[in-house]
Amino acid sequence: MSTSSSPRTTTRLVWKLADDISTDVIYPGRYMATVLPSETPQYAFADLAALNKALVTGEIPRGSAIVAGKNFGCGSSREQAASTLKGHDLVIIARGFARIFLQNAINLGLRTIVCPEIDGEAGDELEIFEDRVVNRTSGNSFPTVPLPRSRQAIIDAGGLIAYTKQRLMGLMGPMGPMGLMGGPTP
Amino acid sequence: MGMTIAEKILARASGRASVTAGDVVEPRVDLAMSHENAALVINQFLEIYEGTGREARVWDPAKIAIIFDHRVPAESAKTATNQKKIRDFVAAQGIGKFHDIRADQGGICHQILPESGYVLPGAVVVGTDSHTTTHGALGAFAFGIGATEMASVWALGIALNIEVPETIKVIVNGTLPELVSAKDLILHTIGRLTAEGANYKVLEFHGEAIRNMTTSGRLVLCNMAVEAGATAGIVPPDAETLRYLHDVAHVRGTITLVRPDADAVYSQTIEIDCSQLTYQIACPHTVDNVKPLSEIEGTAIDQIVIGSCTNGRADDLAVAASILSGRKIARGVRMLVFPASWRIYDEALKRGVIADLIGAGAVVMNPGCGCCLGVHQGALGDGEVALSTTNRNFLGRMGNPKAKVYLCSPAVAAASALTGRISRPPQGVKNDEHFEFPSHDNQACLEAC
Ligand code: SF4
Repeated sequence: MSTSSSPRTTTRLVWKLADDISTDVIYPGRYMATVLPSETPQYAFADLAALNKALVTGEIPRGSAIVAGKNFGCGSSREQAASTLKGHDLVIIARGFARIFLQNAINLGLRTIVCPEIDGEAGDELEIFEDRVVNRTSGNSFPTVPLPRSRQAIIDAGGLIAYTKQRLMGLMGPMGPMGLMGGPTP
Repeated sequence: MGMTIAEKILARASGRASVTAGDVVEPRVDLAMSHENAALVINQFLEIYEGTGREARVWDPAKIAIIFDHRVPAESAKTATNQKKIRDFVAAQGIGKFHDIRADQGGICHQILPESGYVLPGAVVVGTDSHTTTHGALGAFAFGIGATEMASVWALGIALNIEVPETIKVIVNGTLPELVSAKDLILHTIGRLTAEGANYKVLEFHGEAIRNMTTSGRLVLCNMAVEAGATAGIVPPDAETLRYLHDVAHVRGTITLVRPDADAVYSQTIEIDCSQLTYQIACPHTVDNVKPLSEIEGTAIDQIVIGSCTNGRADDLAVAASILSGRKIARGVRMLVFPASWRIYDEALKRGVIADLIGAGAVVMNPGCGCCLGVHQGALGDGEVALSTTNRNFLGRMGNPKAKVYLCSPAVAAASALTGRISRPPQGVKNDEHFEFPSHDNQACLEAC
């Protein structure tokens, strides 16, 4: 992969979280009867009252970044944990993600960046490049790890609904446009 | 090159002679399970079909299972409306494996699937629930997915773009000491691996202790494999698997046992001698914060919970009942019991287990997820402490971020109920790990008596 020189996104780090942030923290189980993606954003981090308030009042602008430690999104497979963050158009930069959460995030088009050494403080300005995240405030640069290659076709299609639609209509073969990586759906 | 069980299953399901870890495959799905979150799956499913000009029909209604368990009976109008929407969809699509809120068929999805004979060795099982790993206990490759991914499975019948996972071989030698259980073993293993130690990997369980373990115990191991981040947990199917499928799940016909090759390649091998194992407790607020009971013995408890897809089975209730029989739980402690299915409840009733629990002061609730995920019954008050046989203790898990949850085995939970403090089980308790369902002959005998 070539090292790109112009950032894909410039964003601000608004909140820093620890390792092992579970889906119970991101979207508590007691709100799971709310299923529609459009209705879930109100409960984002409901038990972290200050963060929830900053999100729902719009104090945290859309497009902001949350930085987390290892194993972000561990626990339940609830997709609300991804849709609730997507609803605020957040970018999640974590040292690592739990498998099902990352898969859900990709499926819904929530921006996730795996950045094993990421560091910074709330208020820092971040530039996201193809292969690294640069903390403009501290001057440090942190390499990123590409998302699972198996999910690339889904990312390219703009999410799993769009991708499955293409597969259903026979427009895509496994892993990409037909003919590139094999034939039609078995 | 030899294959692990996961590789063998994925190779078969994707029509290949062989696969290795890292390959990307699209396996055909044998069973697709959802619970109340099917309401979201339906929403995403209909969206997939929008604008395609095709009628939205699931690929194979016989391969879809939907079980109501997370909020039964409904705790709110919202849940009741979701359940109604799912019922209508089930009827319209002709979905066969539907378990409604009924005492003759209900329970927690991860108990209903095995006891109903829906899971066979070698199958690919997906579920919109992270503990779908449970079904690896019968030698299936079973993993959790999100709702949109399930909608995609409902439409296509395959799991899209799955990377074949690496496998960690866990060899458990020795014999578990009396009353030290599968729960203690898996808590210990998670403590060693950490909460992300098996991320994207499969845990394949081997060794003397696993061979001697009943399916009930194997279900506990695979259920909690996900707490180490594992995609799946798998026990190589054997004579015990066949016994369970035949006697308990009433499966008839030929069953093929898919086992790993002797020269299969593992990313890591872990050996555990379980003869030395003692009672283990996962302390707040992460499942990998595991300590031997001795280190936190005496911690005061407000609520004891026995149940869930981890430890709400017949043998779990029975061991608790033998500890509590003829005794009373401590003053100031409340004890809630949620059997994992109505079939288990019924059996426990017939054998006097429920009478022992009630007699001691335990509140026996209807089968279902109960207070496990903090949405329904049994929430904790501010500052309260629970000791539970469930599988998660994350902040807020039992409905209150100002409360604490410790995780343990049923024997430890029952012993602690007697004292109101985290306590070790008394010696000499009758522990019938083969207590599950009567075979047909037993049934006849029970009726004749
Ligand atoms: S009992 Fe708990 S862990 Fe098991 S399926 Fe229900 S909510 Fe999930």
